[in-house]
Amino acid sequence: MATKSNGKQTVKLQNPPSIVSTASIVGPKEGQGPLRLYFDNIIDDEMWGEKSWERAESKLMRETFAKILDKAGKTSGDINYIIAGDLLNQCIAATFGLRESGIPFFGVYGACSTMAESASLGAMLIDGGFADNVVCMTSSHFCSAEKQFRFPLELGSQRTSTAQWTVTGSGGVLLSNQGTGPYITYVTTGKIIDFGIKDANNMGAAMAPAAADTILTHFKDTGIAPQSYDLIVTGDLGYVGKSICEELLKENGYDIKDRYNDCGVMIFDREKQDAHAGGSGCGCSAATLAGFIYQELQKGCLNNVLFVATGALLSTTSSQQGESIPCIAHAITIQRSL
Amino acid sequence: MQKAFTKEEYNKYVETKSPKSKILRNIIRAFVVGGLICVIGQLISNLLAARGFSKEFTSSLTSLILIFVGALFTGLNVYDELGRYAGAGSIVPITGFANSIVSPAMEFKSEGYVTGVGAKMFVIAGPVIVYGTSASVIAGILYYLLRF
Repeated sequence: MATKSNGKQTVKLQNPPSIVSTASIVGPKEGQGPLRLYFDNIIDDEMWGEKSWERAESKLMRETFAKILDKAGKTSGDINYIIAGDLLNQCIAATFGLRESGIPFFGVYGACSTMAESASLGAMLIDGGFADNVVCMTSSHFCSAEKQFRFPLELGSQRTSTAQWTVTGSGGVLLSNQGTGPYITYVTTGKIIDFGIKDANNMGAAMAPAAADTILTHFKDTGIAPQSYDLIVTGDLGYVGKSICEELLKENGYDIKDRYNDCGVMIFDREKQDAHAGGSGCGCSAATLAGFIYQELQKGCLNNVLFVATGALLSTTSSQQGESIPCIAHAITIQRSL
Repeated sequence: MQKAFTKEEYNKYVETKSPKSKILRNIIRAFVVGGLICVIGQLISNLLAARGFSKEFTSSLTSLILIFVGALFTGLNVYDELGRYAGAGSIVPITGFANSIVSPAMEFKSEGYVTGVGAKMFVIAGPVIVYGTSASVIAGILYYLLRF
């Protein structure tokens, strides 16, 4: 019998790990957005002195990892595991970026849900007594993602109004069994959900049912009322997906409008930054968690946050073959104090 | 979730929730910019004709100049901005064709000149060439048959 499970999809952590440090590095466009003051580093140029976008993304990962350790005053010898992934084929941003770390590594792929997925697994590893310190992180890069999933950057094409803008950025957290919070107290793992959306330029709409399902399941599994949270924040549904998710939850009896936001909505200024339906990419929710959410928790402006990162599990091949987009959302509860 | 949508119902619902593209604005922009590119082409053509070049040479040289300009502006990181504004207005003219070949060539330079530039150069223009050529062959056969 799994003693720590709390309902169908939720785990209640009995020894909640503490988030002892976070770091985020973002690109120039994100550095001009509304959350710019929360990031540790804003790079001037998306190539960042490298010879390819992919290498630049690996560097984002490597430097973010170094910063996480630096801010916590730890060395790589203190870390038991790294759990990381990204959007590039075979997760090369994570593996190439962290190949010199010399730390046991779990590669994960959850598309843009990777931050919550890695943090979920890291929290459970620590709660289970398998590790003292785990780094969970992810990244995305606008240029490498466009190259892999869409068109060349210099092609003179127009984006649709529902398309989202992949965030250039990396973010991560160091979880530890020592520390004074904020703590990860619940983990709700999402199911793969496919409502038949085929338009890869409307991923917010594709992912919204997965987000709504995970949030709903979280409330039911834990018995926690939405009012207990100061902020319920989805990963990167953007404007379209956010309003759909809100409505789906309302139809199911949960009105979360006054405490609900989305990282894809928060990270760019819709009017000034030409980001269409908002931000997306693993780095979107990761940098927002490591920057805005963590710092506001530390300040005491937030006390109880439900962080729900969402991912669209498509590939270029599945899109070209006309398949619909399976999606997923993972949730973690982050509390300032226990 | 309690309320189970069918996939069709959800797709219809999403359509009502998704903002529409500004079609009228896009059409006007495409018309103006596309028209301007053609006017520039005509100007070049008239200038060449005035210099006494033959009709055939003039039309070939005009195309060459426009292709060069399209490629140059792609390399200068300008054509994508024009495309974002004008849409089909800058895709349809021959300058757009040049853009569709030069942009992947630039993008995949990091994979080398053979497996990158060489292999990926026609990734967007390729289908246009394949079906354009096929259509002209079919038209040619029909023309040949209908002549009798």
